[in-house]
Amino acid sequence: MAGAEVEKKPTLEMVQADGADEGCVTFVLHEEDHTLGNSLRYMIMKNPEVEFCGYSITHPSESKINFRIQTRGGLPATEALRRGLNELSDVSQHVLSTFQARVQEFKDQQDEPMD
Amino acid sequence: MAAPMSNVDEIRNRVILGEFGVRNVHTTDYPGNYPGYDDTWNFQKFKKNFRIDIVQMDENTMEFDMVGIDAAIANAFRRILLAEVPTMAVEKVFIYNNTSIIQDEILAHRLGLIPIKADPRLFEYRNAGDEEGTEIDTIQLQLKVKCTRNPRAPKDSSDPRELYLNHMVYSRDMKWVPIGNQADVFADASIGPVHGDILLAQLRPGQELDIVMHCVKGIGRDHAKFSPVATASYRLLPEITLLQPVEGEKAERLKRCFSPGVIELENRDGKQVAKVANSRLDTCSREVLRYDDLKNLVKLGRVRDHFIFSVESTGILPPDMLVSEAINVLLAKCQRFINELDSTDMD
Repeated sequence: MAGAEVEKKPTLEMVQADGADEGCVTFVLHEEDHTLGNSLRYMIMKNPEVEFCGYSITHPSESKINFRIQTRGGLPATEALRRGLNELSDVSQHVLSTFQARVQEFKDQQDEPMD
Repeated sequence: MAAPMSNVDEIRNRVILGEFGVRNVHTTDYPGNYPGYDDTWNFQKFKKNFRIDIVQMDENTMEFDMVGIDAAIANAFRRILLAEVPTMAVEKVFIYNNTSIIQDEILAHRLGLIPIKADPRLFEYRNAGDEEGTEIDTIQLQLKVKCTRNPRAPKDSSDPRELYLNHMVYSRDMKWVPIGNQADVFADASIGPVHGDILLAQLRPGQELDIVMHCVKGIGRDHAKFSPVATASYRLLPEITLLQPVEGEKAERLKRCFSPGVIELENRDGKQVAKVANSRLDTCSREVLRYDDLKNLVKLGRVRDHFIFSVESTGILPPDMLVSEAINVLLAKCQRFINELDSTDMD
């Protein structure tokens, strides 16, 4: 298994304890740090069906994080993760469009007095 | 003065600067934490409250307010600006000759840190182990300088500027050598150092530099030379509330506790009365809390979801472009994991 991992670098792995249900999962996010970890944790904790969400950086010289999700009421942890990612994506999209609109307004305003 | 806030709202929305420490630091508005509040994620509510105001912008710096977003996400943008927006920088230095006083490795390091004006979005990352660059992932620069005596120098001069030619090597001496079709593709891009007046080395007659450099695309997480910003930071909007009217000598002293322009004095019925004019200017030094008779008259806080961003570019891309790119990087991160979830559908 270790050999296969070296060949194609995994981006996402799932770790589950024996006998745990699908609501309690630790995801290993490769090549990520606090940037995605903390913002994603915030979005997932905003979900009332999530009982616990947290992450840890395994070691400073390993570029991966352990991202733990525990849910209530039988919601699969993958669904909570997917929802968090989609919501974070929507937020970023909205921030981007707002920012670009404001920058355009600002530039137009600066051009005006010169005419 | 702001309308008084309920205790719970204050804990949720303000960071309090106390005499012995900062209180209510962490975000606590998660579902289930506060009875009577619906803290479930609501995109419509977010859209309604969210706003951005551009305060100042020129070709290299900008300041803007981002209001109505959590620190976790604002911090992600800041971190990406510092470490994950790609740029081009010198990565490989081929030294054919260096007879100057400055050692090869020091010179190579200096060359690496020079910002290179080239749009990183038009280039690809070089593959690991790839020694030979191609036109899509490499910019080639050449530095070839030889110092000589100035034959036209005045006889009695002792000034090196008059005695020698080419004794100061500047970044403007790094000349772009196009590879493949680059001369056509980047004809009007003028690839080269952003600043021409960075001193690289000093030479004396007979000494010379003959160097070829390869610039590649990279990110600040790998090496700080790839960071596209000089600084990118945010601070929370300070909020100062006067709890009681402050008059006379106390008002004068109160004014001096804050940065200029934060507190102004108003003449009301022949008395000087302090009022908060612009709390944004405050540095949050908490000087006022050192005065026993003043510290209970004011409340110092910061608005938890009001971020004053300041972005300073190294000159490679304009700052508004950098922020847009940073947000795109976060979008790409989300997409990468959404795709991974979709493709494997985790067994």
